[in-house]
Amino acid sequence: MLPFILKRLGLALLVALTVSFISFSLLFLSGDPAAALAGETASGEDIEAIRRLYGFDRPMLVQYGEWLFAALRGDFGESYYFKLPVQSLIADRLQVTMTLGVCGILFALLTAVPLGVIAAIRPNSIIDRVALFLSVAGQAMPSFWFGLILIVVFAIQLGWLPPSGAATWRHFIMPTIVLGYYAMPAIMRLTRAGMLDVLNSDYIRTARAKGASEGRVMFKHALRNAIIPVVSLAAVQMGFMLGGSIVVESVFALHGAGFLAWESIARNDLPTVQALILVFSMFYIVFTFLADVLNAWLDPRMRSS
Amino acid sequence: MKRIFLGTAGLAALTVSLAMPAFADKASDTLRVAFTKELENVDSYFNSSREGVVLQRAVWDGLIYRDPETNEYVGNLATSWEWIDDTTLEFKLREGVTFHNGEAFTADDVVFTVNYVADEQNGVKTQRNVNWMKSAEKIDDYTVRITLKDKFPAAIEFLSGPVSMYPDEYYAEAGPSGMGLKPVGTGPYKVVEVVPGQHFVLEANENYHDSPKGQPSIKNVDIRTIPDVNTQMAELFSGSLDLIWQVPSDQAEKLATMDQFTVSNESTMRVGYLQMDSAGRSGADNPFTKKEVREAVNYAINRQELVDALLKGKSQVVNTPCFPSQFGCVQDVTAYEYNPEKAKELLAEAGYPDGFSTEFYAYRDRQYAEAIVSYLNAVGIKTDFKMLQYSALRELNMDGKVPLSFQTWGSYSINDASAMVSQFFKHGSLDSTRDDEVLEWLNVADSSTDPDERIEYYTKAIEKITGEAFWAPMFSYNTNYVFTQEVVYTPTPDEVLRFVDVTWK
Repeated sequence: MLPFILKRLGLALLVALTVSFISFSLLFLSGDPAAALAGETASGEDIEAIRRLYGFDRPMLVQYGEWLFAALRGDFGESYYFKLPVQSLIADRLQVTMTLGVCGILFALLTAVPLGVIAAIRPNSIIDRVALFLSVAGQAMPSFWFGLILIVVFAIQLGWLPPSGAATWRHFIMPTIVLGYYAMPAIMRLTRAGMLDVLNSDYIRTARAKGASEGRVMFKHALRNAIIPVVSLAAVQMGFMLGGSIVVESVFALHGAGFLAWESIARNDLPTVQALILVFSMFYIVFTFLADVLNAWLDPRMRSS
Repeated sequence: MKRIFLGTAGLAALTVSLAMPAFADKASDTLRVAFTKELENVDSYFNSSREGVVLQRAVWDGLIYRDPETNEYVGNLATSWEWIDDTTLEFKLREGVTFHNGEAFTADDVVFTVNYVADEQNGVKTQRNVNWMKSAEKIDDYTVRITLKDKFPAAIEFLSGPVSMYPDEYYAEAGPSGMGLKPVGTGPYKVVEVVPGQHFVLEANENYHDSPKGQPSIKNVDIRTIPDVNTQMAELFSGSLDLIWQVPSDQAEKLATMDQFTVSNESTMRVGYLQMDSAGRSGADNPFTKKEVREAVNYAINRQELVDALLKGKSQVVNTPCFPSQFGCVQDVTAYEYNPEKAKELLAEAGYPDGFSTEFYAYRDRQYAEAIVSYLNAVGIKTDFKMLQYSALRELNMDGKVPLSFQTWGSYSINDASAMVSQFFKHGSLDSTRDDEVLEWLNVADSSTDPDERIEYYTKAIEKITGEAFWAPMFSYNTNYVFTQEVVYTPTPDEVLRFVDVTWK
């Protein structure tokens, strides 16, 4: 098991490095960073001065190498835009995004899994139809629109929740629902499909024939097997939520890492973008790794494969 | 599609909220404002955004102040000034002024600030604002001389705008990062809290000197960054914001129909224009090297209709490569009325009876660019429309690869024609005209200290630019300010939101 884990970690690191290098190259191709930094009011001379000041006139590989060695020492440089150390900037923003991401995935799992299970147990029932409707609506509704509707109803009309910001836990309720609802349909459909598959399999019939209680059949035998692909999906969704909660963060003025990444790309704030890409890709890698371990625990056959 | 959804949601927000009263936070004497954009750094020399200008005017003072209504220059941190020679300005400074941290304002602060920002090594972001200054020297504690690199008549305008005075001891120690987190100035408001990119809290400076800016009336100003304008409106409806600005015209129109809000519209110095490659940098045989084609472009677009239908408010058709209020921006120039038939005739004369195809670039206001494209298509100019990030378009433009583009320029609120026309017609990397005569005239106009001579030469340059149809100037922009009924504010045309002028009803 240990050699397997070490091998996986080594591979993960290599993936992270490759991602950072490719993104570094792409960012340089996407426009002149000096012009972006100089802003709209700058003249050609201003841009040249900035190019020299930030060392953009040097070969890209040299710039990448310097960044990488500093990053390995935990120094991600200073944000061109905010003039603050990137690591402290990201740490602040990640708190918001992590809170939102964890709450969002919990909301998605806590609603999608029970709904999926019930829908599979009672196919074509009212609950199955409601679940299907929620799933289609969740996939069809753009997040920013859903977010605004929630704001209109719960913040403006009812006055129950604050419209935007991140000062208290109440500020996170609506963003959590919007983000979680985005991830919910896929998890629910996969749970339902997995459960339907498993419930029709021979070993469930055998378990029932042996006189096992319905609860034991459902949770010990059926759900444990049906949930395996859901764990993998949830890991990917979690990674997506951390990097891709841009719209939700924008609508609710949350100032998280997702929105920071989006804005930093537009501003060509290279140190911030580089660090964020590395952090996000590491998250993906860690979550996928954890999902594999969890799946191996759920299904012992996977440990040997 | 996104617009439709946003519009629907916005409309829904408005409809359900009609019954909701909006409460200003008058009780705690706190004005709550939203910025759309995350501010990079509060240090005014290290940001170039409009929001940065707003904070700069609240937190710091310049030596001179320009009355935004009359455009008259009066002393602020200086009580008087005079030109010693063409490149030396002497200032008598106001006594008894203190910075927010208690440091006294003296000639040392001016000398330090000028020498610091004029040094290119210190990396001031908008070099244009400061690179005309060479150095400053102290004559006595309250007399200082600023030496210019060359003749620069717009010096007074810059000293009344972006050139703020910083405390020498504090800044030497804190630097731009420190100043960004804990700004210290002499201005009407002091900064009591900064959460980078998210939140700024200002408090009235109780010891503010007798400045022409006036004394702050509202004690606290709480500024939050809320990127989505619909969310800003929701906050306004729920009573947790008192003032928002830069509201799109369609949203502002809806808000204006409601009793609980005041919508105030004011012009800005930003001018939209079409830049054409008359110098042939994107290909010597490109159609825009022909005067008739450039004239055809000017005649093809119904600019009044664009202003009426899209920009609205106090926007106006602009015929010059500068904003009309700017010194030297003469208005008696060749203007092109909307005349698509004449445009077609001119295209035929130029050898394009069936029109031609060209690349057309834009970086903002897609809806305006698309409207312009439809006018051009109607006379036979087929466009390959490309919407780019500003930095990418700028790069292409500097490389001379842009035959036709829709661009805008805000002149950094500098009320002098040099801030726009000279930016683009003096053979710089963004000049797609490269006319030697225009260069020569602008050089005289930009460096003369005689106002009449300046006007004479700007007139020559602008007459040639419009006569030759080097550009197709389009329109000026405007800004909508929306505030609750408890708030009183009259915006100014320079698009600077002045908290010192905001009062409670």
